[in-house]
Amino acid sequence: MSSIRMKTCAMTAAVAALFLSVPSHAETEPETTDPIVINGGELELPTVAPAPAHLEGVFDQIYSGWLFRDAATQAMQMDDFENPGMIFVDQGIDDWNTVEGKAGKSCASCHEDIESMKGVRAAMPKVNEAGDLWSMEDYINDCRTSRMQAEALEWDSDRMKNLTAAISVQSRGMPMDVAIDGLAEPYWEQGREMYYTRYGQLELACANCHEGHYGDWIRADHLSQGMTNGFPVYRLKQAALVSQHNRFRGCIRDTRGETFDMGSDEFRALELYVASRGNGLPVEGVSVRH
Amino acid sequence: MRYRIEDWLPRHAMTAALAALLAVVFALPLIAETAPQDVAFDETGAIAAPLGDMPGDPREGARIYGDKESGNCVACHQISGRTDTEFQGTIGPALDGVGDRWEEAQLRGIVADAKRTFPESMMPGFYKSTGYIRPGDEFTGKAGTEPLPPLLTAQQVEDVVAYLATLKE
Repeated sequence: MSSIRMKTCAMTAAVAALFLSVPSHAETEPETTDPIVINGGELELPTVAPAPAHLEGVFDQIYSGWLFRDAATQAMQMDDFENPGMIFVDQGIDDWNTVEGKAGKSCASCHEDIESMKGVRAAMPKVNEAGDLWSMEDYINDCRTSRMQAEALEWDSDRMKNLTAAISVQSRGMPMDVAIDGLAEPYWEQGREMYYTRYGQLELACANCHEGHYGDWIRADHLSQGMTNGFPVYRLKQAALVSQHNRFRGCIRDTRGETFDMGSDEFRALELYVASRGNGLPVEGVSVRH
Repeated sequence: MRYRIEDWLPRHAMTAALAALLAVVFALPLIAETAPQDVAFDETGAIAAPLGDMPGDPREGARIYGDKESGNCVACHQISGRTDTEFQGTIGPALDGVGDRWEEAQLRGIVADAKRTFPESMMPGFYKSTGYIRPGDEFTGKAGTEPLPPLLTAQQVEDVVAYLATLKE
């Protein structure tokens, strides 16, 4: 009798221990969801939006990475004079207006004022007329080589990042709205597969940190949902503008994995899928992160 | 009359004997520990046998736990009362009392490859060298060749397990 009771107690304890020790899948919601108020009220960028339909059952709401940064970093993005990324936007606009190449053209020769790029960033990456998925960098280089007859820019060069920043700012405040159906669907599926693949010796998928554990801390690093609506970002850690593919490369490297190249088809597909998780959040580019 | 060894032992047999002797001599330090691919997990993910001959050192295990260059367990886990580490991570469960909750064999299995105990665990396998997707050469971003050196040595795993076993409520 007493031995049965003891056995039951031991089993109860064992079951309780099991529950207590199951790895947590904490999703810690942000404490506040204040909008990002730019230049004292000139523009307000929402930091939360209903999750897109394809994330049903995964997220109810999607959050800007801005909410997961400290107050000092947040403040830098709230004032265009404090935002170090804006210097590069100005340089990108200068480049926009500079004639280069054998055709004697600048970007402005065809597209006129850079404001004509409003809306472009919100739809990137996008399938082109030939059916290939192209990032903004690809569209820029296509214009440069075919229309301007100038050299293509390196994916991660300062000039390329300056131009993508200058073009992104034209869409600031517009909701991200990348197409994921039709011709985009196979690319989107490829990117989705990558997002859930556990790469490298640390066996980490994007989803491990940015879906299962946003709001948690890896040491002093506060995990966000990994949204890309703020790219290109000014990253304090690197004291430079950082492109999406550069960030993807860094994340896969940090899994002790063999990364993909910037400008690879794999990263274009991942860029589309990750962008689609943020459909509905406003373009923030150029954001400030650390 | 002189007997020469070659007279009663064929040359190839001598070579083999010599090779076997050398193998034993050189393998001695290796015999003392189980290679990652030879570790025997049971169906619960536990590893009954220690990975090496030397008992684990809990003090060294405590150091590895907080060391960014080796275990870095603190990046994801919390232990109350550890004053040497700021900013403990919140990804994994708190480890207070794990020495009460788990047998040493299970702790060893979880440290070596937690996914054998918890299939969905985010925790990397610290004593594992093959079976990766796009394995890299440490943090270079370049391709690595399997078997990769495990994240911790056999002795380091034993040290960490010895440390965890001391965490009682």
